Amino acid sequence: MTQIFVEGGVVVPVTLIEAGPCYVTQIKTEKHDSYNAIQIGFEEAKKLNKPDQGHLKDIPAVKHLREIRTDDVERYQRGQKLDAGVFAVGDVVDVVGISKGKGFAGSVKRHHFRGGPKTHGQSDRQRAPGASGATTTPGRVFKGTRRPGHMGARRVTVQNLQVVLVDPERNLLAIKGAVPGANNDLVMIHKARKQ
Amino acid sequence: MVDLISSIEEQFKGNKELPDLHPGDDVRVHNRIVEGERERIQVFQGVVMRLRKGGLNQSITVRRIASHGVGVERTFLLAAPTVEKIEVLRHAKVRRAQLYHLRGRHGKAARLKEKRY
Repeated sequence: MTQIFVEGGVVVPVTLIEAGPCYVTQIKTEKHDSYNAIQIGFEEAKKLNKPDQGHLKDIPAVKHLREIRTDDVERYQRGQKLDAGVFAVGDVVDVVGISKGKGFAGSVKRHHFRGGPKTHGQSDRQRAPGASGATTTPGRVFKGTRRPGHMGARRVTVQNLQVVLVDPERNLLAIKGAVPGANNDLVMIHKARKQ
Repeated sequence: MVDLISSIEEQFKGNKELPDLHPGDDVRVHNRIVEGERERIQVFQGVVMRLRKGGLNQSITVRRIASHGVGVERTFLLAAPTVEKIEVLRHAKVRRAQLYHLRGRHGKAARLKEKRY
């Protein structure tokens, strides 16, 4: 992330995203595949395995393939190039990515538990979750109780982020705010579903 | 990714020329402010208490003693288009990077010794 200046000298925190060039690699239709979608590919690949060589035989080799559900499949053709220019400044978008993995995290970090008291004779209780079950009835911990466990490294969508800058030449998007994942991670950007 | 950030910072930096700034400098910051329709330049004069580097996010915090001996601190992003000009009036001999100790001082105790080159 960085920050840039917009009109009136206002500072906006932005995430820079290399958005494209993407290629439409496959079009799925209701008739043929029983649902409508387009498949797009991104990032130049040096080597492809045999199945991908066949799949992308008349299209530039790409590393990543992702499917986007849309009923508007007639607008797209196989091999069509999509770049950052499909977005305009001021658009509101959702960004989907894989969040940073936090490993096995305690309940304070994972669920914002408050932890125990620091003083009054406490030992080993500062980040403890407290009790998680009841007594003989029910005699077990309910499913879904918030407990320590693996955190992060899952699909996260950040909704309603604003596009601040578009540079189709460099395929660059600047999106206001933070997006899921580490630097250089793959994200998917689409028009905001709930505006 | 780092390339992207540096390229965008290059684009927004413009070609504003800024003087060499150091902590302890007496500076006049010419800041453009918009009041409704009108635009004017406001000058903020004081001591550079803190200097933070880092491309577009480079900033200085300037401390000045306003009326009734009230200290006023203002942070300016140096790359901001609103910062029109910065004048350095005087350098001071200081032994710290951040002059937070000036906050607890007033009058003669808050003086800094001038450094001449």
